[in-house]
Amino acid sequence: MTERDDLKGVNERMRALLARTTHGRDDFEDLVIVPLFAVVVALICGALIMLATAVDLPTIGRSFVALAVGSVGSLSAWSETLTSAIPLVLAGLGLGLGFRAGLFNIGAEGQLLMGGLAAVMAGFALEGLPMVIHLPLTLLIGASVGAAYAAIAGILKATTGAHEVISTIMLNLISFELLNWLLRQPWVQREGRSDPISKSVPDTAALPKLLDFIDPNLRLHAGLFVMLVAVFIVWWLLFRSKLGFAFRASGENPSAANYAGMRAPLIIVLAMATAGALAGLAGANQITGVLGRASPGFSAGIGFDAIAVALLGRSHPVGILFAGILFGGLEAGGRQMQVDAGVSIDLISIIQALIIVFIAAPLLVRAIFPWGFRRPRNGKKGGAA
Amino acid sequence: MDVELRGITKRFGSVVANDNVNLTIRGGEVLGLLGENGAGKSTLMNMLSGLYAPDEGEILIDGKQVAFDGPSDGIEAGIGMVHQHFMLVPVFTVAENVVLGVEPTGQLGSIDMKRARRQVAEINEKYGLHVPPDALIEDLPVGIQQRVEILKVLFRSADVLILDEPTAVLTPQEVREFFGIVSMLKEAGKAIVFITHKLHEILEISDRVSVLRQGRITGEGDPKSLTEADLAEMMVGRPVSFTVDKTVADPGRPMIEMDKVTMLDETGEKVLDRVSMSVRAGEVVGVAGVQGNGQTELVEALSGIEKIASGKIIFDGEDISHATVRERHSLGMAHIPEDRHKSGMVESFTIAENMVLNNYYAPEYSKGWAIDWQKVAETAARFCIDFDVRTPSVFLPGRSLSGGNQQKMVVARELERETKLVIASQPTRGVDVGSIEYIHERLIASRDEGDGVLIVSSELDEIMGLSDRIYVMYDGRIVAEFDNTGGKADRNTIGLAMAGAHEGEGAAA
Repeated sequence: MTERDDLKGVNERMRALLARTTHGRDDFEDLVIVPLFAVVVALICGALIMLATAVDLPTIGRSFVALAVGSVGSLSAWSETLTSAIPLVLAGLGLGLGFRAGLFNIGAEGQLLMGGLAAVMAGFALEGLPMVIHLPLTLLIGASVGAAYAAIAGILKATTGAHEVISTIMLNLISFELLNWLLRQPWVQREGRSDPISKSVPDTAALPKLLDFIDPNLRLHAGLFVMLVAVFIVWWLLFRSKLGFAFRASGENPSAANYAGMRAPLIIVLAMATAGALAGLAGANQITGVLGRASPGFSAGIGFDAIAVALLGRSHPVGILFAGILFGGLEAGGRQMQVDAGVSIDLISIIQALIIVFIAAPLLVRAIFPWGFRRPRNGKKGGAA
Repeated sequence: MDVELRGITKRFGSVVANDNVNLTIRGGEVLGLLGENGAGKSTLMNMLSGLYAPDEGEILIDGKQVAFDGPSDGIEAGIGMVHQHFMLVPVFTVAENVVLGVEPTGQLGSIDMKRARRQVAEINEKYGLHVPPDALIEDLPVGIQQRVEILKVLFRSADVLILDEPTAVLTPQEVREFFGIVSMLKEAGKAIVFITHKLHEILEISDRVSVLRQGRITGEGDPKSLTEADLAEMMVGRPVSFTVDKTVADPGRPMIEMDKVTMLDETGEKVLDRVSMSVRAGEVVGVAGVQGNGQTELVEALSGIEKIASGKIIFDGEDISHATVRERHSLGMAHIPEDRHKSGMVESFTIAENMVLNNYYAPEYSKGWAIDWQKVAETAARFCIDFDVRTPSVFLPGRSLSGGNQQKMVVARELERETKLVIASQPTRGVDVGSIEYIHERLIASRDEGDGVLIVSSELDEIMGLSDRIYVMYDGRIVAEFDNTGGKADRNTIGLAMAGAHEGEGAAA
């Protein structure tokens, strides 16, 4: 059959087949326009909710100004936004990776707590080590403990089929109580305190502040680089490595992955562990970069917000980075809003939730903003039918 | 009721799905609509049923122009479509499914099930459908479920019935009965559009035939004056060969041997019962049988997808009874799975990714722990050329390919490497005529290079045409073996064995 194709023809066909397809407009709409509009609609809905709760118009105006100023309006705003974004992005990367592998891990909160707790212990227990060893080791221990904790859910699923949503929720509850108990143990609890609070992490295990030469109040820390490196590593893992290929295949079509010789139990455990490592790293970052010690509920719901971040970022590392910064900004701006306009910070949670609702319903967003999208019928833009 | 489509054109983006199509459908007549996958049959019928609006052209019902705005308008106008994939609620009864959405209501808006059952029974009687109105859908065989779909359409007083690939899911026996129903409907004056890519069915049942290729009508005529070869040429655009050219096999050493292999399902029932069989190098062995008699499990046991309970599997002298899928694969076993969508490919992955789905870890595609995607893409492009997979680029998702091209992609992945044994399960299911011919050629080529080839197919014609030797499976056992050198096996004897007539005795080998 191929004899009559001369070599030139074959080369030409090869070139055509290998030409990179540009990303279609559909991808662009799906990845950029829908999230963008979702955020806009959520903010508008937030304003309507304020109206409905009898907040007057000038106050609403003031709160949105405060939201903008508090998130991106100054160096200190940026510092706060990024500081809040770091753990969200790290945990979000883990969750996104899990989603890609077909695992709906709800347990980032617990994994983050365990990772943070391990980091605190490694911090004060290994006091005396030089920083170049102590800090990386502390982060590594945090990540490892997060990985091990998530692997429990992975092993349960791989061996018994226990659904990860249920088991990770249960593991979250266990981690909360474990934390409370440990914080009252004499070898963890700070000397001279009766409330549950841990000893402090020494400076050799603390992530250095990046901007304290400008103003000692700027909290941004070197976890920023940990986050950026993690974004790259997760991208590489998912889209370049052999393991990531198996993760994605198992997530998209478990049966085909099985037929292709990939081993589902192994992949489930590895994907859960990787996700847990990232969540644990998020906890360790928060401890060594911001908090310096552990207290009950120090995770502050980051592990749950990270689910939203992973969804908004479409489980893509770069998308998660931007989504995490957006959510960090909402949080930082929300605090400012509370101070300046006296609007409850709960409104920020509502806006975050609305963003997710609109992301999950792209058709709704398309219906609200028809001009942002290509006409589905015949591809002609503009012009009346 | 007569329906006329005039100059219908439909575009999706830059793709022209239908190009100036003219079609007439008359009451009391079966119109066969023939075409390869992706030729535009479904698009055309979706416009007729109101799901899509045409970009150009008009639809006339009894001479009057109509414009549908959604499928409910189509139903209103008396046009009903029976889809290939059933849309039934499994835990509802037949009557409940039929009236769903158009329930006859009594006082206070309660559903008048008594009336519903009576109406269903009337239609049942009138067209000889023989569907028990109170049976649960999940308890009914596929053939009867299909009749429930027809009942649904008739209940909504359709005069034009569009049947989309209705025979794809039916056994030969069910196809007979189905044709009987189609004749009844025809006599009752209904207009029927019968969509298929099976040529002999068109010749058997339709009064007129229209052939679509690449969105255009490429042939029309009276089936009585047409042959399968004529139809195939209209469909593909070139003459198609139905017989597979092959020389007499020259079998060598045994490539795979199964020795008294037993396999159990989750409930502990035997799905394979002491099966012993072999495939030698350089021969094609076919496994015939009515679906559900252990063929799927045989393939799962051979390829390592499922564990066997007892017995032995020897692959080219090596015991692989408990080897993993990947170990068997690296020893040179190729496996074309029976359901490409479910197990053969990942639809959202690019063609390049799909081409290495089970081989991505091989050293030639590796850069350390990473995959060398440039290398993969080049290899995939070469595979696409070698196996005539038609796509503009290897970076498009697998789902963008037509069924035939998807199958060629899977076949390319499995055959484009050093193999010793090729297991092809339903290698041409849902594949167009042109691709079938091509896939058959490649399988025979594998045989001629000295591979053992095992073919499992529900199409007896395919088994008869390709195999040098044929096993028949019945109830989890191999009940007969036939020598098919030069096509000498007897079709009727095989058919009897498939029905279980040869229980316990091996036929002449």
